[in-house]
Amino acid sequence: MQTIEHPLPCLSESDTQGIIKGRDLFGYVGIEAVLDQMRRKTMKAGFEFNIMVVGQSGLGKSTLVNTLFKSKVSRKSCTPNYEEKISKTVHLQSVSHIIEEKGVKMKLTVIDTPGFGDQINNENCWEPIVKYVNEQYEKYLKEELNVNRKRRIPDTRVHCCVYFLPATGHWLRPIDVEFMRRLGKIVSIVPVIAKADTLTLEERLEFKQRIRQDLQANGIRVYPQKEYDEDAEDRILNDKIRENIPFAVVGTDKEHQVNGNKVLGRKTKWGIIEVENVAHCEFALLRDLLIRSHLQDLKDVTHNIHYETYRVKRLNESNANGLALSPLTLENGTLEKSDAESHL
Amino acid sequence: VQEEDLKSNARPLALSGHVGFDSLPDQLVNKSTSQGFCFNILCIGETGIGKSTLMDTLFNTNFENFESSHFEPKVKLRAQTYDLQESNVRLKLTVVNTVGFGDQMNKQESYQHIVDYIDTQFESYLQEELKIKRSLHNYHDSRIHACLYFIAPSGHSLKSLDLVTMKKLDSKVNIIPVIAKADTISKSELHKFKIKIMSELVSNGVQIYQFPIDDETVAKINTAMNGHLPFAVVGSTEEVSIGNKMVKARQYPWGVVQVENENHCDFVKLREMLICVNMEDLREQTHTRHYELYRRCKLEEMGFRDTDPECKPVSLQQTYEEKRQEFVGELQRREEEMRQTFVQRVKEKEAELKDAERELQGKFEQLKRMHAEEKSKLEEKRRSLEEEMSVFSKRKAATELLQAQAFNTSTNNKKDKDRKK
Repeated sequence: MQTIEHPLPCLSESDTQGIIKGRDLFGYVGIEAVLDQMRRKTMKAGFEFNIMVVGQSGLGKSTLVNTLFKSKVSRKSCTPNYEEKISKTVHLQSVSHIIEEKGVKMKLTVIDTPGFGDQINNENCWEPIVKYVNEQYEKYLKEELNVNRKRRIPDTRVHCCVYFLPATGHWLRPIDVEFMRRLGKIVSIVPVIAKADTLTLEERLEFKQRIRQDLQANGIRVYPQKEYDEDAEDRILNDKIRENIPFAVVGTDKEHQVNGNKVLGRKTKWGIIEVENVAHCEFALLRDLLIRSHLQDLKDVTHNIHYETYRVKRLNESNANGLALSPLTLENGTLEKSDAESHL
Repeated sequence: VQEEDLKSNARPLALSGHVGFDSLPDQLVNKSTSQGFCFNILCIGETGIGKSTLMDTLFNTNFENFESSHFEPKVKLRAQTYDLQESNVRLKLTVVNTVGFGDQMNKQESYQHIVDYIDTQFESYLQEELKIKRSLHNYHDSRIHACLYFIAPSGHSLKSLDLVTMKKLDSKVNIIPVIAKADTISKSELHKFKIKIMSELVSNGVQIYQFPIDDETVAKINTAMNGHLPFAVVGSTEEVSIGNKMVKARQYPWGVVQVENENHCDFVKLREMLICVNMEDLREQTHTRHYELYRRCKLEEMGFRDTDPECKPVSLQQTYEEKRQEFVGELQRREEEMRQTFVQRVKEKEAELKDAERELQGKFEQLKRMHAEEKSKLEEKRRSLEEEMSVFSKRKAATELLQAQAFNTSTNNKKDKDRKK
């Protein structure tokens, strides 16, 4: 255990001294109460979650989002009131709602991308989306760099992008590869097989394998990314998820009676597809991943990794010509040009 | 305010079933548990007032401190970090103690080191935050979350050193004043003492940390506790048996002061408030209030603004670019200046050297002349000497000749004489 006298620089890991473990605490202190304190504070502050859905029209994006959040979050484009506009470009629409469950308030923003992949010529259809994602990072960065900044910076960054693959059963299409390759670098992509009730279980398995191969062959990183696994426990958990990507989902908002229970399902002449039945489709797995177990992780990955990557790029751009000098070292009159840690 | 931010341009929506995001607080807490928490306490108080003992008692452990001397020339700060664990919560606790506070004859500069230390921690966090490649979530936060100010149990009022120090610190850190060694004050004196202290703090405008009352769950207990400030504490790591239990206490001939007995002192209240109820709030206040204030002041000091004189928003980038240009320009100018000065000096030196050379040359010429003169004089003398010598030798030769002739003649004469005989 070291004793450090003032002046004291920032304590780094190497300065850690004296590991006093629980058994050395001679009695009750009350440190674990801090967990409850944290819980209380976060519940009071509320959460924000921004989810983007991308895919051609008619793949069931809105239905799936509504099924995920058990409410009419998105307006389906197949309803008679929806104004059908054949848009010449992809334009993004974002709708926010506040939902509450057991005292936990969440501001849910769903960003829809009508027009994606619908044109005859779909070259560069990802550009408006890339632009939008970067715009949100830019907004956050600007606020963070302000001298007078808000106590809580409004977070409009896209935490998760659900990409809908049509259930062709074959391979990834060029548009899929192009989109996921580019967006995979700046946002967490969760690919799903839409309208999966048109595939038999064997076809589904094979399709998934082919997609995974394609993803690997094209160097596309989807969530949960291997590189961001924090420890062995994480890796085991995430490996199990990675084995099932992409999830084959079916969405609906209608309920039917099955075996005396009311279940969410799609009724067809040959049977009822139970959305929440893991034997029928993987909706429940997707929901568990996105909401029940990895929601906070999605936000953390966005904040700690994607946002930081954007920030580094952006700040380096403005220092492109010349030395990167910290205005703080300015005062000491010393010129410290260090490549490893360049400051603003 | 936070709730308003959340609600802006968003409509509330009813859920028709269980979605499952009520697990969010748990997800968040689990992440924090695996990363661990940081908590940094600063203890300010005179030497021997019981800071280390109180820390040991508070955290139920032995931090292995040694007694400080009373003869420190300046106030120093000693920081020690420990990894504590209780069930599955890991806490990285840093305890910073002042050494030599109140011991000097002249106490005018006592608070300065403390203020500097606190600012240094803010500064390193700010530096990390402003880095291009940064890792804030791995950063060991060394900012002071709570400052326990130990008041000596005089029973009268605050010392002026106390007031001055607390006034300097109240905008930088959460101050929690405690009355130390409270077992030396009687109950009635204590009550009066507490009132006196609080009124002095108020009348001097010292803002101490108030336990938050905005959250309904803890509002009641916090309000009650706010009324008991400052806490009168007694620290002890020794145990005495009372009844059939071993309790932390101090044993006197006239009785036993039990640390965890609320009738004896406010130790339990302090532990409740500092750790069990408000640790997270202390950390939050440090980050969102004290640190932000420091950051704002620091950036404004350096000339960064959010809006330029025409009230148009200016990005930090822009200001930084301008400053950088300014700085580079300044640098170039100084370089030029230095170069000019250097050239000037060289010229001067050169001129000096030339002068010296010339002088030397002159002297040399003179010496040469003198030497030549001497030489010629010497030559003359030599010549005259030689002349004399030659004259002399001629004379000598002539004389010898004469002598020889004379002798010859005399010998001849003698011969003649002899013949004649």
